[in-house]
Amino acid sequence: MDEWLIGGLLASTLRVSTPLILCALAAVLCERAGVIDLGLEGKMLLAAFAAGATGAVTGSLPLAVLAALAVGVALSMVHGYACVSHTGDQVVLGMALTMIAAGLSIVLGIAWFKQGGQTPPLPDAVRLSPWFGGAAEALKPVPVLGALVGGGLLGHNGMVYAALALVPALWWGLYRTRLGLRLRATGENPAMVDAAGLSVKGLRYGALAGNGLLCGLAGSYLVLAQNANFVPHMTAGRGYMALAAMIFGKWHPVGALWACLLFGFLDAVAIRLQGVVLPAALGGGAVPVQAIQALPYALTVVLLAGFIGRARAPAALGVPYVKER
Amino acid sequence: MSRPVELPRWMDLGLLPLVNLALALGVCAVVVAVVGLDPLQVLTLLVKGAFGSQAGIGYTLYYATTFVFTGLAVAVAFHGGLFNIGGEGQAMMGGLGCALVALPLGDHLPAALLLPLMVLAAMAAGALWAAVPGALQAWRGSHVVITTIMFNFIASALLAWLLVGVLKQPGNMTLESGPFAEAAHLPGMHQVLGWLGIAWPRTPLNLSVLLALAAAVGVALFLWRSRAGYELRAVGFSPDAAHYGGVRPRGQVMVAMVISGALAGLVGINELAGVQHRLLLDYVVGAGFTGIAVSLIGRNHPLGIVPAALLFGALYQGGAELAFEIPGFSRDMVTTLQGLIVLFSGAMAQVAAPALARLHGWWRPRATPGAAHG
Repeated sequence: MDEWLIGGLLASTLRVSTPLILCALAAVLCERAGVIDLGLEGKMLLAAFAAGATGAVTGSLPLAVLAALAVGVALSMVHGYACVSHTGDQVVLGMALTMIAAGLSIVLGIAWFKQGGQTPPLPDAVRLSPWFGGAAEALKPVPVLGALVGGGLLGHNGMVYAALALVPALWWGLYRTRLGLRLRATGENPAMVDAAGLSVKGLRYGALAGNGLLCGLAGSYLVLAQNANFVPHMTAGRGYMALAAMIFGKWHPVGALWACLLFGFLDAVAIRLQGVVLPAALGGGAVPVQAIQALPYALTVVLLAGFIGRARAPAALGVPYVKER
Repeated sequence: MSRPVELPRWMDLGLLPLVNLALALGVCAVVVAVVGLDPLQVLTLLVKGAFGSQAGIGYTLYYATTFVFTGLAVAVAFHGGLFNIGGEGQAMMGGLGCALVALPLGDHLPAALLLPLMVLAAMAAGALWAAVPGALQAWRGSHVVITTIMFNFIASALLAWLLVGVLKQPGNMTLESGPFAEAAHLPGMHQVLGWLGIAWPRTPLNLSVLLALAAAVGVALFLWRSRAGYELRAVGFSPDAAHYGGVRPRGQVMVAMVISGALAGLVGINELAGVQHRLLLDYVVGAGFTGIAVSLIGRNHPLGIVPAALLFGALYQGGAELAFEIPGFSRDMVTTLQGLIVLFSGAMAQVAAPALARLHGWWRPRATPGAAHG
């Protein structure tokens, strides 16, 4: 097979996976603390809108990212207020956030920019620029490395590398620090955490704040790197796919990373195979692209049903903690 | 901090939902004002668009029909202790079932035989699409919320695949099947009322609205007047106690999901047999999620769900009218309001309860404050 084809596939896998990785890490963080997050889609969407709108108005990249982070955290705080402080149903809240974000982003977009809900295209100064572009150019003449490393791994923007770096960081934080142990204990046995004199509420709010930041990053990536502007419904189910990846990765950051890369790879392959005809040996006809696109969801169902290993959710996931009086 | 507060029954069932609805409407009014419109004017035009003309009422009832089906679907599953987010996918499959009967048999069967068959097929297909997550929950322990979300995406991929391939009408570039035969068209209400000698403008409102009312009555009778419904609610209330009482929780999970899916599948009848007369890709457009809001405001009871569905029908129709009348108003305002309603009536339903309880206590002080528990 052509190594440049593999390099290109590698590159598009990384690009497509990045928002999934950020979002899946957000899900790992808050579900490990015992809070279900079905609002990933909504948090990411409204954050993307914030990045697009701020970027278009101010023309400043840091402000755009900051706005996305702020919106992500704000939605997570609503999440915390309803579910951690007031024992609201976490699944229902996730649905609510997603609906609000889907509606609000378009309503505000139409009111402010009058382009049918889109934001104006961002100038290049507001978009994320590729890193290591020079190294990729330098590697080009090298036979295999040039295609695989230069074409596939180098030349992405900073957020791609940041997402990849955040995976071991979150792993270290969750499994090698005292705070991580406490956070995981909050998801397994909040009463014990409470008995140890720690604040279950505080830990869960903290996890949600981190969750909001990561969702904000994922949303801003969509606008600042993947697309040229905000488009209504641009998350297109990525939040749910990230949730699926988190489950597929068994609530573990590294597992979630592999799942995101797998799902991103399937997506990249599906786009490339659009309209390609199957070889005659397989019956001819178009490649069922839809089947490839549905595969992540089908795989997650099969995994959850316990047919490929066992995915065990944190024991106290979705259970509001009411302090004993 | 916040233990669930005990409210008197009339407050819990009557006042609290209204307070929550008012909160959602209030926040939405703020959004409307931020966008630069006058909330009062928007509200007036919305009510006028939804109820101001016979055509408006027709559209309102047509939207409400779909929301009764999806709302009841959420409610039945809820009474069985399950949260069915898969109404969207089950409705898509219901439409597929209806089309799979209408397309091949349309030219060969009379309407009197074909239409009931289509209804049954829609219910069966929706039920099947809900039964798989139900079975996986009952026997394999995978959470029905996640599985039904995944099944929504799988349903939409399946539908896309069928419409690109097998069901595609040759020569047509849009993703839709060939048209249904005349016999497979569910009569519109304007036709039915015309037969009775009543003039009614042509709207998408069709006979499904009666089916929706029948479904609401049927669900109420089933849940509160039948043994099977009692067992279902018992499992939803306390699976262990129900199990001890001789009810098999696994069977009840299946019953709840199958009925829920069948109800959601009926959306296909209203939309495809009643209006579109062909299979399309995106005819559900969020109705499954609206069902969650409808069921939440309706407190999961058909008596509440029917008015709640009417409310949402009015919002959708009024919103569509508004989008014509006021430049800059988008129908997505209704989606926002829907989300706010789910937020305030669902996730934050109990936030207002302590304030109401205090109000109640202040207004009618208790004779005995009850023994203190530590």
